[in-house]
Amino acid sequence: MADNDINSVCVVGAGAIGSLFAGHFGSTVDASVLTRRPIHAHELNRHGLKITGKSNLQTKIRASTDPADLGEPDLVIVATKATAVESSAKTLSGHFADATIMTVQNGLGCEDVIAQAGDWPIISAITFMSGTKHSDIHVEYELDTATWLGPWVKRGPGIEVVKQVEALINRSGLKATAFDDVRPAQWSKLLFNSCVNSIGAVTNLPHVKAFANRDAMEDLGHLVFDMMEEGKRVAAAEGIELHEDPWDMNVEAVSHGSTGQDEYAHIFSMLGDVRSQRLTEVDWLTGAVVREAHRLGVPVPIHETMFRLVKALEQSWRR
Amino acid sequence: MKVCIVGCGAIGSLFAAYLAKLDDVEVWAYDLDSAHVDAINQSGLRISGVGDMHSFPKARSSAQDIPACDFGIVATKSLHTRAAIEATAHVFENAAVCSVQNGAGNEEIIAEFVPRVIRGTTFPAGHIIEPGHVGQDTGGKTWMGPFEPKPASMEEIETLASRLTEGGMETLAMEDSRGAQWTKLIFNAATNPIGALTQLPHGVACDQERVRSLISGLVAEGIAVADALGIKLDGDPEKLIDHAREVAYEHKASMFQDVLAKRPTEIAALNGGIVQFGKQTGVPTPLNEAIWALIEGLEYSWTRDN
Repeated sequence: MADNDINSVCVVGAGAIGSLFAGHFGSTVDASVLTRRPIHAHELNRHGLKITGKSNLQTKIRASTDPADLGEPDLVIVATKATAVESSAKTLSGHFADATIMTVQNGLGCEDVIAQAGDWPIISAITFMSGTKHSDIHVEYELDTATWLGPWVKRGPGIEVVKQVEALINRSGLKATAFDDVRPAQWSKLLFNSCVNSIGAVTNLPHVKAFANRDAMEDLGHLVFDMMEEGKRVAAAEGIELHEDPWDMNVEAVSHGSTGQDEYAHIFSMLGDVRSQRLTEVDWLTGAVVREAHRLGVPVPIHETMFRLVKALEQSWRR
Repeated sequence: MKVCIVGCGAIGSLFAAYLAKLDDVEVWAYDLDSAHVDAINQSGLRISGVGDMHSFPKARSSAQDIPACDFGIVATKSLHTRAAIEATAHVFENAAVCSVQNGAGNEEIIAEFVPRVIRGTTFPAGHIIEPGHVGQDTGGKTWMGPFEPKPASMEEIETLASRLTEGGMETLAMEDSRGAQWTKLIFNAATNPIGALTQLPHGVACDQERVRSLISGLVAEGIAVADALGIKLDGDPEKLIDHAREVAYEHKASMFQDVLAKRPTEIAALNGGIVQFGKQTGVPTPLNEAIWALIEGLEYSWTRDN
């Protein structure tokens, strides 16, 4: 990386999140996008990227399906879905020798997948912003909440590099906060998603109030609560003090002020995947908690159950 | 001898038809499905498939039209047990009433309304083809024993069992029928909801290593609860599950069919039964609790416009 600053960024995967990064960076630094589909790269080269909603931008973008076309970026942001990180890592292997790589996927384990493909320093990030992709060249910026980042504990860059990335993101019009250790936040979000996403996927329920209801013995809130308690024991065994209690996040997410209307319930990404019969991110969410729990010797029967049920659902579509 | 079948769906119809073959047994059938009731009264009850017969029970949708009987056989889905026995209690003021339903906890409800109760478990299965006509899919035995807190006498149980056997439905009277009931309960609780949640037929689910181990986890909890209750199982549920994989690979469990049709399931009497008896005996059942909550959640999802 250059002495003091980040002059070029390549975003891998231009879904909603990737497009938000690329579209904002375009006005600040040299920004490029590595896509999977040739037509996607072609459209971006021809038309650039339009951001509406919370920002209003039109950026020129250099795009390709081949990293060799994209020079030597200082920073690479891998913004594909977790299910596509492995193939992204293969594409990146042997390229961008001087870059720092930042992962922004849900869950746990994507950093390890990237690390196996090359010896780049890695930044762990979780993002709370959201958008809707209207087309390959137009994304609407919706929730303008921050991205949190920190050096990956196994092979991070120095904190000064993380702070440069933080500054770049903030300068581009998005929001970021750098932490010495992002794991407390990463694990809070992991445990929350590991539980509510898998339960939503199996019950076909969006995030309705039932997720926090613990009146009768069979009420769903007991399952959510007990599952989160399991997850918290894993985090404790890992030595992580959670940034936020996932149960509080759950209760907060289902209380829509004084209206308390179920109609506003969020459709989890895993539920969307299940309804469209797409592969889910369960390996990086519930599966990741199970793997960490086994490594640490913490029993997690409910996580195992939910992991197995979602994997079996994925199996049922292949029949 | 007068017998009233409470709940004349597929299973109830099999009991009604086999018993009504006997000249000296008067069979009454209570069911809210008036199309089925009318068809039986007009042209009798036909059974085809594994069994093949045509017999003539008297069917009623109004319990008030049914006289006092010597025996009752309750064959409703377990979620209708209370309403059905409450409606027919007057028929059984001096009767022994047997549950042949799925799950645990039905006898306890029946005992609130009748003087003597029989704990039954039945293996034959069937489906309604059209009103008045039931297809019998499988044969198999029925086991009957006293319900300990409010027991029928062994003499009564033997009478009912021998009449059923005479009619062609092999039934064994035993001092303790809990082993048979819990073997079937553990089998059903470990397999039915898994099919319902994963949308996989029984054999396919068993072939998924992760799913098979989840099934084993559910079985192990059920066995622990049965042990704590002092019940000696009369079969190994694991072997039954493997056997069912051999003989019913593509079978979609009834709960799977309920879920496809968005009908309420029997989860509360199956996994819910294991959980509740687990609580009574201090045996933890986290997996059965999870499965119970998931099916309840799934049923709740049908009430919403997703």
